[in-house]
Amino acid sequence: MDIAPAIDRQLAGRIAAVLDTVPDPEIPVVSVTELGIVRGIVADEGSGAVTVRITPTYTGCPATQVIERSVREALDAAGFREVALETVLSPPWSTDMIDEAGREKLRAYGIAPPPKGAAARSLRGRDVVECPRCGSADTVEVSRFGSTPCKALWRCRNCAEPFDRFKCH
Amino acid sequence: MNDLLFQYLLRLGDDSLILGQRLCEWCGHAPTIEVDLSLSNLALDLIGQATLFLGYAGEVESGGRDADALAFHRDAEDFRNCLLVEQPNGDFARTMARQFLFSSYQLALLDRLCSSADGRIAEIAAKAVKEVRYHADLAADWVVRLGDGTAESRGRMIEGLDDCWRFLDDLFAMDDGERALAAAGIAADKAALRPLVQGRVEQVLRQATLSMPGLPWQVTGGRTGRHSEHLSRLLAEMQVLPRAHPGARW
Repeated sequence: MDIAPAIDRQLAGRIAAVLDTVPDPEIPVVSVTELGIVRGIVADEGSGAVTVRITPTYTGCPATQVIERSVREALDAAGFREVALETVLSPPWSTDMIDEAGREKLRAYGIAPPPKGAAARSLRGRDVVECPRCGSADTVEVSRFGSTPCKALWRCRNCAEPFDRFKCH
Repeated sequence: MNDLLFQYLLRLGDDSLILGQRLCEWCGHAPTIEVDLSLSNLALDLIGQATLFLGYAGEVESGGRDADALAFHRDAEDFRNCLLVEQPNGDFARTMARQFLFSSYQLALLDRLCSSADGRIAEIAAKAVKEVRYHADLAADWVVRLGDGTAESRGRMIEGLDDCWRFLDDLFAMDDGERALAAAGIAADKAALRPLVQGRVEQVLRQATLSMPGLPWQVTGGRTGRHSEHLSRLLAEMQVLPRAHPGARW
């Protein structure tokens, strides 16, 4: 996340701490910060007005509006009513923006995280995908589209369990 | 220039909106649950793109219309989508043939629009192109699987492609306004895109052991609002709720 130099570091830190507590509505084990949806906390150099920038994962992701609302509510509840919320499209969200803590939480939750740097590589699923349950690499893609825009459906040949995989994006 | 840009954004947004709505008709009816999920995901991406393009169109128009107003309160003759996307789904092969042609076109288009001189278009394109890459892959996979499949699936894919082939000129149609935007680096020059798309289509058809159909008599008019009757029926279903209850909120 970018924190603009013009902003008071302490204030930015307090806002960031609030954002850390806002869960993703569809994968509640990770916060919006860990998913890389929060793109920055910026302050207007003249007025000092503070804006939190967030970005959608997929253009049509139904969670986007819920995320905006929960971020707004969390900021309001923490006394940051005057902090504005802005949706930005650029740079486009990528799975490379999910941080390490987020990846580990996804795995523990049963979702195979995307490998770092994978977004720039092939989308054809040639990467080795480890089963989040038993760790086996003997896995197969069942469907490239899953229960949410960001996930694909996979199956483990070793433990025979189906699992979600975060799509490289 | 603003009116030209508004018209261009309608073309971009309406293509995505109408195809998204068409694909929604498959929800609960697809051959397998995985296909059902895939088609719904494609529909969702397309409707998301439509929201961004039409939202921007509303801002450019400055007439107080937002994406919802443009989607739900325009009649068929005011829509600027290409004829291909409004065609009925037909069977699964026909839907996939349509998707294959449209996604191959859209991928080349958005790829080019990522460097549009209009920053907002470039931004939306950069976001959407990542999604459309998945759509194009999925559709190409099915063209190969059905085309190089059983006699039945092959026959259906050939029929599906034949049915769509009438609308290719319309897909790439440009008027003077769009050419002016292309000259200014804002729009993509579709004439230049066509050989790229054709190359990709040929490559996949070869893989599917199918031959490239010849160009039959072409139907055009989508970009200027002359649509097939299928569009008004689609709109009737899509628009009924907001028109019966204007301003309704969840």
